[in-house]
Amino acid sequence: MAEIIRIKRGLDIPLQGAASSDVSDDRETTLFAIFPDDFPGPVWKSVVKAGDKVSAGDALLKDKASGSICLVSPVSGTVEEVRRGERRHIQFISVRKDSDRQVSLSPASSAEQIRALIMTGGLWAMMRQRPFDIVPDTSRAPRDIFVTAFDSAPLAPQILDPALEPWLEKGLEALSKLTSGKVYLGVKAGSGISSVSATTVEFDGPHPAGNVGTQIAAIKPVNKGETVWTLDAATAARIGKLCATGCVDYHTTVAITGPCVKNPHLIKTEMGASVSTLLDGNLKTTSDIRIISGNVLTGLKIDKDSFIHYPYRQITVIEEGEHADEFMGWASVSPKKFSVKRSFPAFLRGLSKPFDFDARVKGGRRAMILSGEYDKVFPFDIYPEYLIKAIIAGDIDRMEKLGIYEVAPEDFALPEFVDTSKTEIQKIVRDGLDYLRKELS
Amino acid sequence: MKGLKKKIDSVKPQFEKGGKFEKLHSVFDGFYTFLFTPNETSSSGVHIHDANDSKRTMIMVVIALLPCCLFGMWNVGLQHALATGDPDHSVFHLFFYGFLAVLPQILTAYIVGLGIEFFVAQVRGHEIQEGFLVSGILIPMICPVSTPCWMLAVAVAFAVVFAKEVFGGTGYNFLNVALVTRAFLFFAYPSKMSGDNVFVSVGDTSVIDGYSGATPLGQLASSDGAALATGITGNPLSLSDMFLGLYPGSWGETSTLCILIGLAILLITGIASWRIVFSGAVGGFLMALLANHFATPLYPVTYLAPIEQLCLGGFAFAIVFMATDPVTACRTNTGKYIYGFLIGAMAIVIRCYNTGYPEGAMLAVLLMNCFASLIDYCVVNANINRRMKRLIVKNQ
Repeated sequence: MAEIIRIKRGLDIPLQGAASSDVSDDRETTLFAIFPDDFPGPVWKSVVKAGDKVSAGDALLKDKASGSICLVSPVSGTVEEVRRGERRHIQFISVRKDSDRQVSLSPASSAEQIRALIMTGGLWAMMRQRPFDIVPDTSRAPRDIFVTAFDSAPLAPQILDPALEPWLEKGLEALSKLTSGKVYLGVKAGSGISSVSATTVEFDGPHPAGNVGTQIAAIKPVNKGETVWTLDAATAARIGKLCATGCVDYHTTVAITGPCVKNPHLIKTEMGASVSTLLDGNLKTTSDIRIISGNVLTGLKIDKDSFIHYPYRQITVIEEGEHADEFMGWASVSPKKFSVKRSFPAFLRGLSKPFDFDARVKGGRRAMILSGEYDKVFPFDIYPEYLIKAIIAGDIDRMEKLGIYEVAPEDFALPEFVDTSKTEIQKIVRDGLDYLRKELS
Repeated sequence: MKGLKKKIDSVKPQFEKGGKFEKLHSVFDGFYTFLFTPNETSSSGVHIHDANDSKRTMIMVVIALLPCCLFGMWNVGLQHALATGDPDHSVFHLFFYGFLAVLPQILTAYIVGLGIEFFVAQVRGHEIQEGFLVSGILIPMICPVSTPCWMLAVAVAFAVVFAKEVFGGTGYNFLNVALVTRAFLFFAYPSKMSGDNVFVSVGDTSVIDGYSGATPLGQLASSDGAALATGITGNPLSLSDMFLGLYPGSWGETSTLCILIGLAILLITGIASWRIVFSGAVGGFLMALLANHFATPLYPVTYLAPIEQLCLGGFAFAIVFMATDPVTACRTNTGKYIYGFLIGAMAIVIRCYNTGYPEGAMLAVLLMNCFASLIDYCVVNANINRRMKRLIVKNQ
């Protein structure tokens, strides 16, 4: 029987527009893209140019330092564009799908072979390491590897597709060869997923129970000088399939969710699919909306002709609300306004019923005034407020002491949501991690 | 409202950089955001936000203060009527008398305090912040009703500038602004701030025989220990009088009942910390119990029963509305228990054993404001040590 850990401090935000379990695969998406900025850490250089023919699994970008970590094309076809921004920084590489060719690599069984294989197959870049929340550094061995098998973010779909599930055990077995420590599999309590190669730990409670950071904090926190790898169960299953067959499965199921979607449901496609085809005809309105690649807490705001960013399997569409012009909002007695503070009457009708949110900040930015807000939704043995202040002050010694090595920006999403002072906490943490990495390298 | 919005938007450019009224930008912005919630949408991080903001928070505190405020006005009228021997007035009449008596103070506090806030915001190029909305009503409520407005103006100016703006404004002060105002008045103008004649608004009318305008704690402090607290007509105060607040004192803080109503609002909305209030009440009760056990005529206030100690004077008000000010209180949960407990205990210690000060709540809160960061420092250090220990265990 797996150990059950109950997460008490957290919050399930009741956003409208949960996806039904209908899966459609009739949307023919032909354009796909990879954004190197979604894979922080290495400096990426392009190895293709527009017009090149690629197969699914062929490298589009490689890391500049070693040249061995690849970002690969999820589909086979022709490279449509290498879009560059300021100072020739690569924004994305798009590929137009025209066939079903797939790169076939040789299966691997030893640790060295597995490492090389998952780097070539594009799966290494889909893992993250802590500290710093970046693509794992190839020169450092992980103390442990943490795999989360569920996503607890608002309206998030389940992580494991039925097609990938059989490969999970193989993947965990392969991963266990890459660490001298343990592989931990964090699963939702009662989901029935378990493993023999990994230590299964069940989690119960509100978001962020599914965040791998929460799971690490509850199982075995990261200390200074240690490195752990984190990934989700879908990536682990892909690793399993790659090691066993030499082929990577880039298929994924994307959930179309949110209050502005007519028919929230699931769509089968490949990673990095073009958003416009997925949303076509399924929006309640096309003006004054915000399309988010990912969930409302950590996702990225994108244009309607953009693509799904890694690591998201979800598109959320909410109202932008920039023309709301709300009169004396601070005096509102509307039951439609969600607040954990109970200073709005919504709590009388119950805070678990779905609410309609827009993207407004809903107040001016202030210095930190109320205390203890963050702690209620932050299940770590860390004082978030003090850590944030240390980051703002650029005090490396204090950041280390207060636990910066244990966190990633996504862990601060809920504190940012509930914050009365409207501080941009995730941005502060990301900047802090980048600053620390630069100073320590 | 669209019409109003359009109209305001049309004059907006004049208040922006280069406009005719550029110097009033912060003031304009303050009123604009007061009328219309900013339409700004999130540009990084989370895409949706909790509806609660700093304006809402401050307004909830003001609402929580209203029962005390309204009762206090009525009580000012009542004490006046009792003092002048003319108690046959309607509730409305008494309230209206009190309302007119305290209105100049409320206006003075807001005009001076907000004036400075607006000015500083403009000079710094900041948005106007809402902190003084609460301070502005708190300040008159904790002052004697007969405090001259010019004194109040000087004190408010001192407190806002030297306790708040020099540290960076709302959210950066380490001392409670309202209490700094009160302390400034207390130490700068002692003759006007204590004694028997400042807590009841008598006006030009002559008072009845046997009238004493001293607060219950003031009477006890100068008694020989055997005396009972009395109302201003000489009748002994019952516990229910103390609980309801039917005695002279700083006008907003006498009614424990109204304070409890305010507390309920603050706790339901999750704005005040129950930890501070709870440990403050426990600290005060235990200290009062101890003092009562060792009651001595040398310190006559020690004869009060613990429950009377909690009801009388500014104790309850200070615990509920002053100690819970999140900016100046401890910010860690463990720290809050210690902070609240020490405020409660310290208030009773000062009240009982320093006969120079009939009330100790103000000084207790200000003292603990100074120690709040130290308490937090120790609590956070315990967390740091836990982390260090983990590292050492691993390395062995």
